[in-house]
Amino acid sequence: MTAAPNSGLLASSSRREQRQLLGLSMPALILIGIICAIPVLCLFWLSFVGPEGFTLRNYARIIENPSYLAIFKNTFLASSVITLLAIVLGYPLAYYIASLPDRTATLCLALVLVPFWTSLLVRTYAWLVILQRQGLINQALIELGIIDRPIQLVYNWTGTVVGMIHIMLPFFVLPMYAAIRSVDRDLLRAAASLGASPPKAFWTVFLPLTMPGLLAGAMLVFVYCLGFYVTPAILGGGRVTMVAMKVEQNATIYSDWGAASSLGLVLLVLTLTIFFAIAGLLKRQAGTLP
Amino acid sequence: MIHGTSEIDLPLWRRIWLHIVAWVVLAFLIAPILIVIPMSFSASEYLDFPPRQLSLRWYLNFFQSVEWMDAAWVSLRVGLATVLLATPIGMAAAYGLASLKGFAVQIVRALLIVPMVIPVIIIAIGVFYLYAAIGLINTLTGLILAHTVLAIPFVVIIVTAGLSTCDMTLEKAAISLGANRFVAFMTVTLPLISRSVLAAALVAFITSLDEIVVALFVSSGEKSTLSRRMFSFLRDQIDPTIAAISTLLVAVSVLVVVVLARQSRATAR
Repeated sequence: MTAAPNSGLLASSSRREQRQLLGLSMPALILIGIICAIPVLCLFWLSFVGPEGFTLRNYARIIENPSYLAIFKNTFLASSVITLLAIVLGYPLAYYIASLPDRTATLCLALVLVPFWTSLLVRTYAWLVILQRQGLINQALIELGIIDRPIQLVYNWTGTVVGMIHIMLPFFVLPMYAAIRSVDRDLLRAAASLGASPPKAFWTVFLPLTMPGLLAGAMLVFVYCLGFYVTPAILGGGRVTMVAMKVEQNATIYSDWGAASSLGLVLLVLTLTIFFAIAGLLKRQAGTLP
Repeated sequence: MIHGTSEIDLPLWRRIWLHIVAWVVLAFLIAPILIVIPMSFSASEYLDFPPRQLSLRWYLNFFQSVEWMDAAWVSLRVGLATVLLATPIGMAAAYGLASLKGFAVQIVRALLIVPMVIPVIIIAIGVFYLYAAIGLINTLTGLILAHTVLAIPFVVIIVTAGLSTCDMTLEKAAISLGANRFVAFMTVTLPLISRSVLAAALVAFITSLDEIVVALFVSSGEKSTLSRRMFSFLRDQIDPTIAAISTLLVAVSVLVVVVLARQSRATAR
């Protein structure tokens, strides 16, 4: 038997090889450690240190100060509205694209992908142009005689929410499309052959089967919205404050690192909690499915 | 591939609302981008649509402005450096993890996508604080390092997907014929996943080009990137020069979609 010593040799060399293969991740991990982990630890430390040493003042302020609570409330409200609209607008679109023949589906997907890959600033700028006082919408409404003076569509929550939905929709449509495409079509035929009407088959079979994709897409949108900075900063015109903007103001305008870091960490913990809660839920669901 | 479930027993009239909703949403997605393009060719200072007179003055404004050209040059250099760093680093990690299993591997995978999950404002103020301490504020090095970290998760995800469709026994064959692992990877596996690597490099470039929040904190003045300069501009005024730059950036994104579509079709094959 010559195989036995040979396989022993292979096993030991493969263990060394495994370590080497894992080692290939080291440059990435070190860089992530320096640029992500160390700064977050710095912020953690800053959030608990005041002029007289350890303090919980920064966190107490977030809970006690009504303006901070209002910012969190607004951020959550806006994120929820945007997520709901992304589902309501994005699900039918994903469903529609998945039902098209390949060639048309590719065209429709391109119409989703071009905005997805277009700079955030370009899209935010486009909405500024469309929604401003002399913008396209106001011009059209005046020419049609619906209004006689321009209405305020931007530099407020309306403009912010419209711009953010535009930016978030592809994040929902693309995973949703993948989830819908992967549904086993025979299950629907089975439902139909057992007498389910098309709407009933949709609500009782199709929708539950695509629920993991829906949840994943919705989570992505919600979590991105919570930390959004650029679009509300431009389309909000100073009248809209979301958590990320308050973090920025505290750091740059007021140089109040305690306030900026504590607010940033609360945002981080909320984001990670939602992310891991839904990721865990999806994993458990995937485990119960065959 | 079988399409067309939704039409199971559904009469056309019941599907009409679906057509309408879908195309309204598609129009909502694409129209703002299409509107910017004609505006960039307008001769007027005011944003009138459709433009009454055509001109290239806003493009000239962009190409003849020292500040805008500096910003574009900074973005180009930072973007290329990010590609050159993030692509090999992310590819090495993806390749190493591809043939491994176990708890440690799962942890490493999770850590590699951390920069994608953390809200970018937190990375931005954290990096700002760190860079202030070690003197990297307003340096291209600092910006490149931060953008590399933001791009790594995308590179890892794209290259991992490419490797999952690639036949690894070919590399094993090369090794058994006497090539060392590095040579085997470079000559056998890398050509097989070259389209994924190209896609990853492209995404890394776009990540850097479009990044605003970190750049807002750690770069300013003549070290400003294009996106950062556009952002500060947009806060103050609506200048049609931005429409010209936007049109150029839309051209870049259309190019990206075309290249990525070719890449994914090749992976599917």
